[in-house]
Amino acid sequence: MNWVPEVASNLASKVDAVIWFITVISLVFFILISIFLVYFAIRYRRRQENEETPYITGSHVLETIWTIIPSILLIVIFVYGFVVYKDMRTPPEDSLEVTVIGRQWLWQFKYNNGKTTLNELYIPEGRPIKLVMTSEDVLHSFFVPAFRVKQDLVGGMYTYLWFTPTKTGTYELYCTEYCGTGHSTMLGKVIVMSPQEYEKWEKGEEEKAVASLPPAELGKQLYTQRGCNACHSIDGSSLVGPTWKGLYGHEVVLQDGTKVTADENYIREAILEPQAKMVKGFGPVMPSFKGVISDDEISDLIAYIKTLK
Amino acid sequence: MANHTIAETITIPYLEEKGLLSWLTSTDHKRISIMYLLSISTFFVLAGISALLLRFELLTPGKTIVDAHTYNVLFTFHGAVMVFLFIVPGLAASFGNFLIPLMIGARDVAFPRLNLMSYWIYLLGALIILISLSKPADTGWTFYTPYSIRTGTDVILLTFGIFVLGFSSILTGLNFIVTIHKLRAPGMTWHRLPLFIWASYATAILQVLATPVIAISLLLLIAERVFGIGFFDPAKGGDPILFQHFFWFYSHPAVYIMIIPAMGVISEVIPVFSRKPIFGYKAIAYSSLAIALISFFVWAHHMFVSGMSEVAATIFSFLTFLVAIPTAIKVFNWTATLYKGSIDLKSPMLYALSFIFLFTIGGLTGVFLGALAADVHLHDTYFVVAHMHYVMIGGTIMGFFAALHFWYPKMTGKMFNEKVAKIAWAFVFIGFNVTFFPQFILGTQGMPRRYADYPPQFHSLNELSSIGSWILGIGMFVMAINLLRGLFNGEKAPQNPFNSLSLEWQVPSPPPHENFEEIPHVTDWTYGYGKKSA
Repeated sequence: MNWVPEVASNLASKVDAVIWFITVISLVFFILISIFLVYFAIRYRRRQENEETPYITGSHVLETIWTIIPSILLIVIFVYGFVVYKDMRTPPEDSLEVTVIGRQWLWQFKYNNGKTTLNELYIPEGRPIKLVMTSEDVLHSFFVPAFRVKQDLVGGMYTYLWFTPTKTGTYELYCTEYCGTGHSTMLGKVIVMSPQEYEKWEKGEEEKAVASLPPAELGKQLYTQRGCNACHSIDGSSLVGPTWKGLYGHEVVLQDGTKVTADENYIREAILEPQAKMVKGFGPVMPSFKGVISDDEISDLIAYIKTLK
Repeated sequence: MANHTIAETITIPYLEEKGLLSWLTSTDHKRISIMYLLSISTFFVLAGISALLLRFELLTPGKTIVDAHTYNVLFTFHGAVMVFLFIVPGLAASFGNFLIPLMIGARDVAFPRLNLMSYWIYLLGALIILISLSKPADTGWTFYTPYSIRTGTDVILLTFGIFVLGFSSILTGLNFIVTIHKLRAPGMTWHRLPLFIWASYATAILQVLATPVIAISLLLLIAERVFGIGFFDPAKGGDPILFQHFFWFYSHPAVYIMIIPAMGVISEVIPVFSRKPIFGYKAIAYSSLAIALISFFVWAHHMFVSGMSEVAATIFSFLTFLVAIPTAIKVFNWTATLYKGSIDLKSPMLYALSFIFLFTIGGLTGVFLGALAADVHLHDTYFVVAHMHYVMIGGTIMGFFAALHFWYPKMTGKMFNEKVAKIAWAFVFIGFNVTFFPQFILGTQGMPRRYADYPPQFHSLNELSSIGSWILGIGMFVMAINLLRGLFNGEKAPQNPFNSLSLEWQVPSPPPHENFEEIPHVTDWTYGYGKKSA
């Protein structure tokens, strides 16, 4: 079993060292206390009703020892934790900056080259990354266990964190500040690429291998990539939003009681202007995806919804 | 009772008079204590059942029994009820009420009618919270803004109920402070007081000083929801982090409102069942006060990754380590008390020893969370959930169970079945560890808390934890049945079945109204076990 997650950033091993340091000290104290507890309980257990016991009320020597030793150790732990923390809070000047916007319940990443991605953060290996973060609604928290970084996203202010990814691969991103019904579905991925791959991606030259897939397949991928799955089920159950199962071509009842047929135009409008024609029984919580996803992608999603009968 | 003189009432056991009204209008501290005990136990059961449902949902990834919203409502109910209706009033209102006058040699608390009013206020607060369940809140017990301002669920009634409960807590604290200052029997000097009294005194100070802050914070939250005043929502120009400061300014001292009385219980149980004086009396007594004082200056260690400044984080990290020192001192002193004792492993002692063992784990894992770099990784993961439950169940609830079994004969006048009590203890101890120890590992691996669903790699440890919760539930069920059976079938309890030297055991079981025929003259401290001249 892995006690700690994969080590995939420059900070991870430093944080692990602090955790292991405290673990060793804690284990020593814990084992000592346990040994004394068990030994005393067995060695001095009551054998007869009227046993004599000594009248011992304390010892200044012992009291002093067990005040001073833990105090010193605690101060050492504090300093060690602080030193690594200082490092974690001091991003290098040449960090690559990405803006992170959290909202119920998806992650949006904005890059310097004008690109925007949802729920997937693309970064190069070996370069310090500084994330400048804010929230559009309630509190969220950016947590990638493999990097050992965490920071809350707060509306009305910017918070930041930094790290240098040390291994290419895909890492899980969790929201760790409770943010409502979709909290546990506010998941993302961090994709760490080699510098060459990243350069290609940055220039928009990523291989269009996926383009050969049929639209409904692409839509299926978008369903999770774009975070639709946080609120819309495909099995008929109601989550935060209405299910997609059997949606296409059927009538839906709106807030004011009128009925419309969920055709291509309705679905397109629901993605770009979610509050325009809301389905009865659901709250106005969906953000607009205008400028966030392309017309191509909307078509793919509609093709996918059509398959969910 | 008003028509009787003390000489007459002194012969009537406090449990004698029957009828609901005679209870609800009684100003006898012992009757009020029993009413609190029954009320908080009821809420403990309700919140416990919600915990079992939460653990059942987490048995498998994906939806097991409830959807995400229901899960969020359940953990909010579990947390809010456990904290505000069970564990905060908890030992102080139940055992504190029963024991403080008896232990210091008084006939009642200083303000008996205020004491009864505190209980009524508690009932009123509880009622409001129950009414809020018609549209139950989904904010978590911490009510973090701006979510608590924007959610459509009923946050106003729930927080108003907690606001009302606060008055009960403040008035009880005030009552106890005055009682301990003014009503000690002749010769009961401060340094002869049982340590449970020192603990109750430290707790009472916290109740009086900290509770107003949560009351004000929740009022501001209600004002923002009702009138749209922008205190905390950034969309209205408010500051969400300010709410966290307010909230923890109360809720961290509140952790010590919950745990210090349990420490007091342990300091009573260990000497009696080892027949040894408590080791380092003054160190334990003053460490209660030290913990109470320092606990006011550590609140922001809940907020290291909140967006608060790094300077503040560093200062609060340092102060947090200070509070660990008096806590460690207590653990060493309790352990040293066992040395060369005559240790009787009866059920109260088993719970007391479990307290030392589990609370040590709870305390040491707190050191991880106080250390800045480690906290960044562990914050808001299951590591925190496990740490918190090791302190609250491993600490406070073990202390509560120790108290229940220790003072049961005095309170009820009956004995329970000791063998069954030990079996229940074994289930509770094993079940607790199986439930919560895996959560330390889950948290270190990165599983976030308050997740209705989790990625598949966390499955097996969650499954283990859920199975543990059933063992724990069975243990508590057996314990409850055993204690209830004792009321009807138990043998009559002698005055002092465990040979304690403390004053409450020198009166009949159950004690009469007014407690003492004559106010005792105290000539020695409470812990003279093994003293030759005594």
